[in-house]
Amino acid sequence: MTLFAEYGQILIILACIFGFFMAWGVGANDVANAMGTSVGSKALTIKQAILIAMIFEFLGAYLAGGAVTATIRSGIIDAGTMAEMPHYLVYGMLSALLAAGIWLLIASIMGWPVSTTHSIVGAIVGFAAVGIGPEFVQWDKLTHIVASWVVSPLVAGVIAFALFRSVQYLILNTDDPFAKAKRYIPVYMFAVGFLISMVTVVKGLKYVLADSGIVVSMGQATLFSLLIGTVTALVGIYFLSRVQRNPEREKNNRFYSVEKVFAVLMVFTACSMAFAHGSNDVANAVGPLAAIVGVVKSGAVTNTTAMPNWILLLGAIGIVVGLGTYGFKVMATIGKKITELTPSRGFAAELGAASTVVLASATGIPVSTTHTLVGAVLGVGLARGIAALNLRVIGTIFISWLVTLPAGAGLAILFFFFFKGLFG
Amino acid sequence: MSNPISMLFGKSPIKPLQEHMSLVTSCAAELADFLAAAIAGDWPTAETHYDSICVLENKADDIKRELRLRMPKSLFMPVSRSDLLELLTVQDNIANRARDIAGLMLGRRMGVPQPAQEDMRRLVGAAIAVTRQALKIINELDELLEAGFIGREVDLVEALIHELDEKERQADILERTMRHKLYAIEKDYPPLDMMFLYDIIDKVGGLANRARRVGGRLQTLVAR
Repeated sequence: MTLFAEYGQILIILACIFGFFMAWGVGANDVANAMGTSVGSKALTIKQAILIAMIFEFLGAYLAGGAVTATIRSGIIDAGTMAEMPHYLVYGMLSALLAAGIWLLIASIMGWPVSTTHSIVGAIVGFAAVGIGPEFVQWDKLTHIVASWVVSPLVAGVIAFALFRSVQYLILNTDDPFAKAKRYIPVYMFAVGFLISMVTVVKGLKYVLADSGIVVSMGQATLFSLLIGTVTALVGIYFLSRVQRNPEREKNNRFYSVEKVFAVLMVFTACSMAFAHGSNDVANAVGPLAAIVGVVKSGAVTNTTAMPNWILLLGAIGIVVGLGTYGFKVMATIGKKITELTPSRGFAAELGAASTVVLASATGIPVSTTHTLVGAVLGVGLARGIAALNLRVIGTIFISWLVTLPAGAGLAILFFFFFKGLFG
Repeated sequence: MSNPISMLFGKSPIKPLQEHMSLVTSCAAELADFLAAAIAGDWPTAETHYDSICVLENKADDIKRELRLRMPKSLFMPVSRSDLLELLTVQDNIANRARDIAGLMLGRRMGVPQPAQEDMRRLVGAAIAVTRQALKIINELDELLEAGFIGREVDLVEALIHELDEKERQADILERTMRHKLYAIEKDYPPLDMMFLYDIIDKVGGLANRARRVGGRLQTLVAR
């Protein structure tokens, strides 16, 4: 199309700026939420949390973020039927990025707990349904996504509940919780390593290795994941061996040393949390960008073109910058507020949320990491593990859903017609 | 800035509850010195002890008020909110009782007849011991939470509560002995003084009884 020949460069540059802005927002807010629990329970300092987030967000996005990116890019809109008007898809995705980015900015200035995922999905549905036509939205797929927003916190809650109960029976409620902690905690570490590598190899890598033609069989994947899990546990055992009892502090709190052991485990679950978050939320920024670049480069709407790696890289860098410029402040605030969360509970919540999010990533469903984590924490609370939880937050989250979808959609519609008028 | 994760976590009521009980216990413990001064007829010293009882009682009151304010209905806790508030009230009553006892004795310049002095000291000591045991139990609350209110920790608290009941029974026995002692000699003293002394004995017994109820309340709290 002549439009793309004329304005292609500008459109791509705009898309990159908006996409980067969006990724910055993800890094500034969502990552801080995901890592704040580790900081709050004093398993990590803010610096360590940022370092872990930088490494594992990137790994998660790169190794396991492909499926969700594909959904955002071409799963919500029926891209096949848009072959006639590829430029509308470009305008639409640009508006979606801009709308979601601006909505997130407004929300964080006003202090509303808004999810990046919900903003971008709302924005995409908005421009597609109103700007182009409701028949271009894949409503059944959308229904799945929206349903998963309710289901994911529930699943995370159930997993976290079960994890905490297992800790109670295996470790806390025994003669010698300290010795039992040292014995059983490597098992949880193994689970962390196994789960993440399994999801990565089975579901994620096919996007990374799409060009190379390498196919990994299920057996190979399992074997590889068992190996990674074992290595994770061995590394964990090494760090656990350095934790000593502190009889002085145990006089005040018999579980003091046990919590120190759990703090080591929490470093591992924090990594999994960052990985899970990267695998799901980076797509919010990168998916629309990938769609735009794909259309402009090829001049047509295609589902099949592989996503250039630089797009993922851009998203990952945006997140890291967001974390470094603003996210650490949010993390500090959260850390100060949730000092009541001890590592034995924090790990259960994080692992519950991380495994749910990673599984959602594997199936290509964009979920809200923050809301999933809230569900997981409530799960631990139901097991009578946390002194005081504020249930009003559930209402706030529910309202933020009701507001975010129309707000993202409305803004996206506005920008869509603006771009349409500007470029024709 | 409001953020769902930081919004989610409320302040734990356990630490303030323990601080409250610790103040209440100091309040009750002060009665021993107060009684010694009263028996010796040293009212200026007794008054300083009464004053420190009042100061401690006020501090406990402050914690109580603050804790009530920040336990809204929307707070989700591993224990029932109404049980927790009830426990707080029971704890607070111990301090009120201690202040009432000291206040009445100071106001009427009440001594204790020589033959009953030793029994009175033992009775007050026993009531204080019950309160101390109750504090010991309340101090287990954070460990109970850590264990998730199940298993060994619960058994341990059960044992402590059993001990508490035993201590209260001892205080009960001492109260009865004291009454008998007083009954035998009451005709030799001004009747009005004796009536009030019976009232004081009753109140000290009540203090021990309230301290025991802390254990009972905690039991329902754990059981949910």
